[in-house]
Amino acid sequence: MGAVTHVLAVNPIPARSQMGSSLGFHIILACFGIAFAAVTMTAEWIGIKRGDAAALLLARRWSKVMAVLVAVGAVSGTVLSYEMGLLWPGLMGRFGAAVDLPFSVEGIFFFLEAIFVGVYLYGWQRLSPWAHWWSGMPIVVSGLLGALSVVAANSWMNSPAGYTLRHGKITSIDPVSVFFNASTPYETAHMVLAAYMVTGFLVAGVYAVGLLRGRRDRYHRLGFAVPFTIAGMAAPLQVMMGDIIARFIAHNQPVKFAAMEYVSATTRDAPEWLGGIFINGHVYLGAAIPAFDSILVGFSPHTRVIGWDSVPPAQRPPLVTLIHLSFDLMVGLGFFLFALAAWQAWWWWFRRRLLMTAWFLVPAALSGVAAVAAMEAGWIVTEVGRQPWIVYRVLLVSNAVTPATGVTVTLGAILALYAILTVVSIGVPMIMSRRWRQGTPAEEAAEKVPYGPPQATPGPAARPLAPPAGRPEAR
Amino acid sequence: MSPSPEAIAVAAILFGIIAAYALFGGADLGGGIWDLLAGSAERGAAPRDLIDEAITPVWEANHVWLVFILVVLGTAFPPAFAAIMTALFVPLSLSLLGIVLRGVGFAFRHTAQRLRMRQLTGALFAASSLITPFFLGTAVGAVATGQVPVHPSGNVLAAWTSPTAVLTGFLFVAACAYVSAVFLIPEARQRGHQDLMRYFVLRATAAGILTGVLAGGTLAELSVSAPRLFSRLMSSALPLVAISVAAGIAVLVMLWLRWYYSVGLRVAAAVAVTAVVWGWGLAQYPYLFPTSLSLAAGSAPAGSLVAELVVAGLAVLLVAPGFALLYVLQQRRMLTAAESDADLRLAAQPGPAVSGQPALGRPGAPAAAPVAVRMTTALVLAILAIRAIRDVFSPPGGR
Repeated sequence: MGAVTHVLAVNPIPARSQMGSSLGFHIILACFGIAFAAVTMTAEWIGIKRGDAAALLLARRWSKVMAVLVAVGAVSGTVLSYEMGLLWPGLMGRFGAAVDLPFSVEGIFFFLEAIFVGVYLYGWQRLSPWAHWWSGMPIVVSGLLGALSVVAANSWMNSPAGYTLRHGKITSIDPVSVFFNASTPYETAHMVLAAYMVTGFLVAGVYAVGLLRGRRDRYHRLGFAVPFTIAGMAAPLQVMMGDIIARFIAHNQPVKFAAMEYVSATTRDAPEWLGGIFINGHVYLGAAIPAFDSILVGFSPHTRVIGWDSVPPAQRPPLVTLIHLSFDLMVGLGFFLFALAAWQAWWWWFRRRLLMTAWFLVPAALSGVAAVAAMEAGWIVTEVGRQPWIVYRVLLVSNAVTPATGVTVTLGAILALYAILTVVSIGVPMIMSRRWRQGTPAEEAAEKVPYGPPQATPGPAARPLAPPAGRPEAR
Repeated sequence: MSPSPEAIAVAAILFGIIAAYALFGGADLGGGIWDLLAGSAERGAAPRDLIDEAITPVWEANHVWLVFILVVLGTAFPPAFAAIMTALFVPLSLSLLGIVLRGVGFAFRHTAQRLRMRQLTGALFAASSLITPFFLGTAVGAVATGQVPVHPSGNVLAAWTSPTAVLTGFLFVAACAYVSAVFLIPEARQRGHQDLMRYFVLRATAAGILTGVLAGGTLAELSVSAPRLFSRLMSSALPLVAISVAAGIAVLVMLWLRWYYSVGLRVAAAVAVTAVVWGWGLAQYPYLFPTSLSLAAGSAPAGSLVAELVVAGLAVLLVAPGFALLYVLQQRRMLTAAESDADLRLAAQPGPAVSGQPALGRPGAPAAAPVAVRMTTALVLAILAIRAIRDVFSPPGGR
């Protein structure tokens, strides 16, 4: 107990925990901010173009879920922008002119997103179908550009550029080099693809469960196929991006790469470790593929891979086992998702059918969780791998943390609040979906429709002509 | 050393953003306060529904102003940002707590159906609307009175618990309620609720008088606690203070004369808030923290400041039309409250008959091309895509 109290009394530990849990939570909602509009608009497009009522119903229900997730995402994003200052004043005071710059660019896209989310979510009933569809387009674009801006700030901490330092003080800034630093294109592409995968697989997973339970109508098949296709297209690109990025890190942040791959000493013929725990210079319980790491880094077994012995112990990342296993988890899950998408693609290509076997649907139902786990593992790799630096090779975490007391209290509060937010962001869509299924929706029981509205014109403006069944809305 | 023109320009923009948040974010927060004060479930149902309908589509966009304040302050005036965030750790964390709880309330309140649950989320939304402006107000009070040290070694409790800071906190709460009530009058009128219009006229008048009294009290307190700021407010910033007072009185007069229909009502309220924020900024000039941190010493290098000016320009170009669209649609009532569960239950008509497993593709689509052609196309496309991505992302100096 005494040791724990001591550790908690040192600010970097609770501050890092608070930042880590905030980021780890927000990033899932950020994925929906980046990609959910595109998924919803795809369904809406199918619905308008083909007069497909099932697709429109999907789009309208998804946008209702989007309203909840976007609200939670907006506040958890605000938490992060507060925490940059609250937890890391040593970073902001010295390097705020650089690291906060991409965030202020992000402000523009946050604004655009919030504005058009307001139009898109609440414009279903009164806007014309195509006007409504187009009102979603700025959300998609600002989602991409917003991701670019936020990730640029993180990239800058990995590849600081575009500033001159004199006597520990920044004397000039080149905003373009700050924004487009060496890591920006890699991290952004990786994150955007991850966002499409997380969103697509999570949404598809919900409908995979429905299909498994025997609800195999068009509504559920579309609800599965649209997000799964989008995520499935991102999966192979993500595997390729991952390979490219790993080589970039070997080049740009060799010590982080060494921790990822258990390269303790600089060597040629470096083996590729799969799994394994690193204790006192030995890897236990892991399988090594001889020279494969060198091949992956430089396409030749003779490629020299830099080990972490290239820097003094104080500058090496802690917890190499965590970094390596997170990396392996991310890569493994990435390949699993790729294989799942390839299987369905193969089936579609030759049979024009969705796979309905439980062998496919059970993993598909779990694919969203897998995508989230892969993304979280990826963030652990990049954030823990950068340690002990907050700005790589420029500023130590311990010099950036706040001297304010009370971080343990805010850490506790944040954990409690995020537990509530998690319950809200999972529970509210579940309650809504259960309620939607009451009263026999016409679309989900399309085979035999004993009642339901008479012929309504398809389109988002379609209003129910029959009085709503089930409980009246308590408003 | 006098501050560079870029620094002055960015500071002016920053105070503009603060005014915008005070106005739009403040109106939303004030809505929560009126929600809190609306009384029992039956009596308060009508005003609560109006507040909900008026705020729901716009609150998120209005909230972004706060994020903008943080990032512009952090980029353009990093030492001030770091010092504020350290010294005022406690009130800022509490204001953040309010923001999070308010978001939870918003996310949940449209789903909650049972009365108890609705009351709970409503209370959450309302209480957090009190917490956030109060603690942001104490933080502003601490900065304005020069209580924030440039290099704080930890939280500074005394900075935000001084009488001036606490009074500023109350002033912020009252101002939010006031702005909100003024903005809700036309909302009620557009929806044809005459009784609600009178309801908010009464509250706008009361909140306006309270805000005026608190503002006077804060000013009197400032003459003791921050004599420099007070003398500046009474000299170079006097025109702005005078405009604010005049606009505030004008609002009360218009309410008394029952000019509820004029746009001037909202404009005057906006001017009253904006002028006092700019007056505060002018009174602080040339200091970020009077008198320990000057604008010149606390501003970022020119590159960052110019970047902020570009961001502000882009924001005007991109965001302003978006906001105009949002508010026009909202005013024309094109944005309805979210669709109810009943809408989503029965909105759809029966789709094409489903038997066995029909293809998902467009009905009557041309027959698929032969397998060999599709295989070849896919292979060629895949190879091209891989090569393109490799070329774009191959690391410099790599193979």
